[in-house]
Amino acid sequence: MMNPISLIEISIGAIFINNFVLSRFLGLCPFFGVSKKVSSAAGMGMAVIFVMTIASSFSWVIFNYILHPYHIEYLRTIVFILVIAGLVQLVEMALQKYSPTLYESLGIFLPLITTNCAVLGVAIINTDLNQTTGSPYTFIESLLNGIMSGVGFSLALLLMAGIREKTEFSPVPKALEGLPIAFITAGLMALAFLGFSGLNFFPAVGG
Amino acid sequence: MMIGQEIKRGIIDENPILVLALGLCPSLAVSTSVQNGFGMGMAATFVLTCSNVIISLLRKVIPDKVRIPCFIVIIAMFVTIVQLVLKAYLPALDKQLGIFVPLIVVNCIILGRAEAYASRNNVFKSLIDGLVMGVGFTFALCILSVIREILGSNKLLGFKFVPGFQPMTVFILAPGGFFTIAFVMGVVRYIGNRKRGVRR
Repeated sequence: MMNPISLIEISIGAIFINNFVLSRFLGLCPFFGVSKKVSSAAGMGMAVIFVMTIASSFSWVIFNYILHPYHIEYLRTIVFILVIAGLVQLVEMALQKYSPTLYESLGIFLPLITTNCAVLGVAIINTDLNQTTGSPYTFIESLLNGIMSGVGFSLALLLMAGIREKTEFSPVPKALEGLPIAFITAGLMALAFLGFSGLNFFPAVGG
Repeated sequence: MMIGQEIKRGIIDENPILVLALGLCPSLAVSTSVQNGFGMGMAATFVLTCSNVIISLLRKVIPDKVRIPCFIVIIAMFVTIVQLVLKAYLPALDKQLGIFVPLIVVNCIILGRAEAYASRNNVFKSLIDGLVMGVGFTFALCILSVIREILGSNKLLGFKFVPGFQPMTVFILAPGGFFTIAFVMGVVRYIGNRKRGVRR
């Protein structure tokens, strides 16, 4: 279970094949809301990686040591969203006190992340049954899935911000200005990422 | 307050997906077939209406500082109810919607209406607002899913649509979702612009 190859598979899968934004449709609001400038996209990306890592590790512990032993899995949604909201608040306060520079760069994005479906999504995916192996992720796998999903999200966000900065002054039909043209851009990017879905690493082992 | 006017506001003027661009994640992910889209719309409408009513009832009790966590708990409660009901009575739909049923909790429409409307208005108004916004959401989901189902699998509600038409599978996949919403949104804006007399 813990072999390095499965870990590599999870990483590649989370970044490219099942990219959170472009193939799973999670976290679209920040994806379109914060992708107007590369600098703010980078800040948002860092904050998402950070929160997703923490959220996936905490939610795994809570699910496997509290919810599962007492057979109250149906409370998962309520518990996870509260834990994530609490964690984000805590992280925000801790950052403000101990690392004001980091707080300056991530601070404004943190409250937005609480209601980001990508964060709750990664917690739920980690505790759901895994499609390839048929069992939930182990702790290390959950942690890795959290980090790599965050990296995948940031990658998509940065690419999108780069494209939008370049096309900002392009002549676009009036009706498509703003969001619709951003959707079309995202669609083209998703089309490109679709190419990764044929990717099958180490076919003899897994996949 | 005119009911007809309110309905027009929810479906056309302030349509949550097509005009306000809220709740994008579920709307793109589940609009692959009309059944899924309609099911998702109904589930979200139920949660939206119930949470609007409860939040509006409790609006004078909830302290201002912790209102967001309170709203989230109320919403999460109704989402859990929906989850259990779907699992018990509509297991096939539950499987199709998958992770997006628990994710109704972070749907920006619901929290947005709680914050912007239900926490400031009386119960009856909030109930109507929840219903109207929910209908608007369902309506937009249905438009998206009708287009995607016809183009992507050449079916409508599971039945064959046009004989001899080769379906474009890409419309069922992720890119098709983005393209569809882009063009539907474009059409809505075009019509809106024409109405307001902005022409180009």
